[in-house]
Amino acid sequence: MALVLNDEQALIAKTATDFTRDRSPVSRFRDLRDRDEPLGFSRSLYGEMAALGWPGIPFDEEFDGAGLGLTELVLVVEALGRTLAPEPFIGCVGLAGSALALSKDNEHNDVWLKGICRGSKVVALAHQEVPSRYDCLKVETSAKAQEDGFVLNGRKMQVLDAVGADAFIVPAREAGEIPHKDPGLGMSLFLIEAGTPGMTVERQVRIDHRNSAILHLDNVRCEAFQIVGRKGEGAKVLEQALEHATVILCAEMLGGMSEAFSLTLDYMKGREQFGVPIGSFQALKHRAARVFIEIELARSSVMAAARAVDQKSEEAPKLVSLAKARCSDAYILTTNEAVQIFAGMGVTDECDIGLYMKRARASELTFGDADFHRARWATLSGY
Amino acid sequence: MPTSPQNEFREEVRSWLSDHAPVSLRGVESSKIDGVWGGKKWQFDSADQKRWLELMAGRGWTAPTWPTKYGGGGLTNEQAEILAEELKAHQLPPPLVGFGLTMIGPTLLHFGNEQQKAEHLPKICRGEVRWCQGYSEPGAGSDLASLQTRAVRDGDHFIINGSKIWTSSADQADWIFALVRTDPHARTKQEGITFILIDMESPGVSTRPIKLISGDSPFCETHFVDVRVPEINVVGEVGAGWKIAKALLGHERSMLADILEELSMSTDSQQSRTTLSELAKQHIGEVNGKIRDEVVRNRVAGIEMDAQAFSLTIRRTRDAAEAGQPPGPETSIFKVYGTELSQRRSELMVRILGPQALGWEGPGFDEFDLATTRTWLKSRTETIGGGTSEIQLNVIAKRVLGLPD
Repeated sequence: MALVLNDEQALIAKTATDFTRDRSPVSRFRDLRDRDEPLGFSRSLYGEMAALGWPGIPFDEEFDGAGLGLTELVLVVEALGRTLAPEPFIGCVGLAGSALALSKDNEHNDVWLKGICRGSKVVALAHQEVPSRYDCLKVETSAKAQEDGFVLNGRKMQVLDAVGADAFIVPAREAGEIPHKDPGLGMSLFLIEAGTPGMTVERQVRIDHRNSAILHLDNVRCEAFQIVGRKGEGAKVLEQALEHATVILCAEMLGGMSEAFSLTLDYMKGREQFGVPIGSFQALKHRAARVFIEIELARSSVMAAARAVDQKSEEAPKLVSLAKARCSDAYILTTNEAVQIFAGMGVTDECDIGLYMKRARASELTFGDADFHRARWATLSGY
Repeated sequence: MPTSPQNEFREEVRSWLSDHAPVSLRGVESSKIDGVWGGKKWQFDSADQKRWLELMAGRGWTAPTWPTKYGGGGLTNEQAEILAEELKAHQLPPPLVGFGLTMIGPTLLHFGNEQQKAEHLPKICRGEVRWCQGYSEPGAGSDLASLQTRAVRDGDHFIINGSKIWTSSADQADWIFALVRTDPHARTKQEGITFILIDMESPGVSTRPIKLISGDSPFCETHFVDVRVPEINVVGEVGAGWKIAKALLGHERSMLADILEELSMSTDSQQSRTTLSELAKQHIGEVNGKIRDEVVRNRVAGIEMDAQAFSLTIRRTRDAAEAGQPPGPETSIFKVYGTELSQRRSELMVRILGPQALGWEGPGFDEFDLATTRTWLKSRTETIGGGTSEIQLNVIAKRVLGLPD
């Protein structure tokens, strides 16, 4: 598939960019943060995005999706990233939506994937635990079999889009401990509705002020029908869902770095010192040019990763790692340089650049940083 | 297959190549043989190489898109592409390469007068004349417009005095296209520069090869002492040479093509075909199929991933061009990123080889070791020639990012 946008895709990108600039400028995110809004986003604006069909873009029409792919979804999420729009596209659409779609579990999907596509339901996928770092298979949460179901115990950390979620997808395994040889063995994904006894959501406040929470599971009773997909076969679904969500996160990062860079260039043209615009100084010009190069390479990588996933290409896992490694390094570089160039203003809370810098760090350390993905690339390449 | 003019042309090319292309040249990787640069001093590797040039020149296919009256093939761009594809499919080397075809030829087609075109283009097409470029001077590198080589009018001639440097293969060339200063009192240093063609056999022209850190001598110094050049050799107007030079330097498409070609050439060499990971496993060792040293493993992956992202970006440009979109800002990054990537790769190869990378010649070092070291040394020129990385970054800052002077 060509690395170029067709007319339909260009229109999707333009619609999304116009919408976010108009309805969700950075000041909206700042306002949500300043009000310490626990949800971290706006359910009503998310409803408007859903009315435009955005959450359902990559999912089957059978479940009220658009039947397109990540190739199209990344265009929308890039626009969201530009203005730091915090609606639940990474956790709910990216992780939970992908896991549901990949599980091909029609019974659950009729309710939950449909709900995600329509924007009426927010579902969070709780994969991260304290020891797991970036390895989604390091799951210690247990699901002990009982006569008529399971009892879950464990604790999930930094669950994205968890506050106010309608349901949770929880990876757990019967054995409790992680099998040494095949760490994915025996993992199942449980769908648990909010309000189930024994499950509590404790909000976490991170540097990026996105919706994130600890999920406590204390003797949570589940029935067999609550397993998404097949019992004991959740690992593959989880790994793939994580790849999809990673591409979506990369798109958000691409939008964020593009906007942070554009703000920086504007500042370089307007800010005068020694009687001239600071953008005329070669020391700054070269740094800006190098940031530009990194952003262009990141863009090619994200486009290629999205297309590879859509085509179920064998190269997809490597290209996903390529995109995440590049976006991680490029977003950090862009925002570090931006703060330095904005200088005194750059380190004030009043300046938007700091918001981008914090989101850059949070995105870098979500789903694996550049070192992690270089090592993963090496493993996938057989060295 | 439906019959279309394109398909008919492809069939014609195919059958002509099958009938005429020397068998000895088929399947020879173009990297294993030096291209044919032509000119009076050229020594052909074989009779077939010479025959191949004559056959192709006879059809005008050494310069496929040039007009037939100047020795070209008169083909459309589409047909020229088909020809290139078929040459590749038959694993045939290009019959002729060089600055005549890629630089001065296109310049004359655009800026030259009828007499100049008729005089020079057919000789280029037939590979009879080899050209070199006289731009840089000892005192004019990145600041090319400060060049000092003087051309003083004397009747219907110009008398030229001065020196050019980094003239590629000037000692092998028959003619040079050069920038000279005709008006030292012009308002700006760009004005007063003239684009002129000089016969290297003219009395007063001398060349001296420059030996590089790699041991190679691809460049020369070229000196001009009272060299008489007829006025008819001025291309365009006297004093308007800078515009021509810029058109030649900044011709984005050909620059892009050159770089892509260079990259594909460099990826053909054994040094770049050898995978870094295999080399690292061999020299540093492996544990369970992984490179033993985590740091080296991460570095190898880093270079491979950079190369992948770079080639995807090139693909993005090509795909956009094929979709009829104008070249985007990403094209400006190719020179600087491609050359720096190539250097970083060479550096890592040398580090992986360890002490085996220290050989200049002689015992204790095998052919691969020595070639790796020379490749690293040669790679240092890449970020300098054709506009240094710093100049490239200036261009990006100004033209793409719109930053002020």
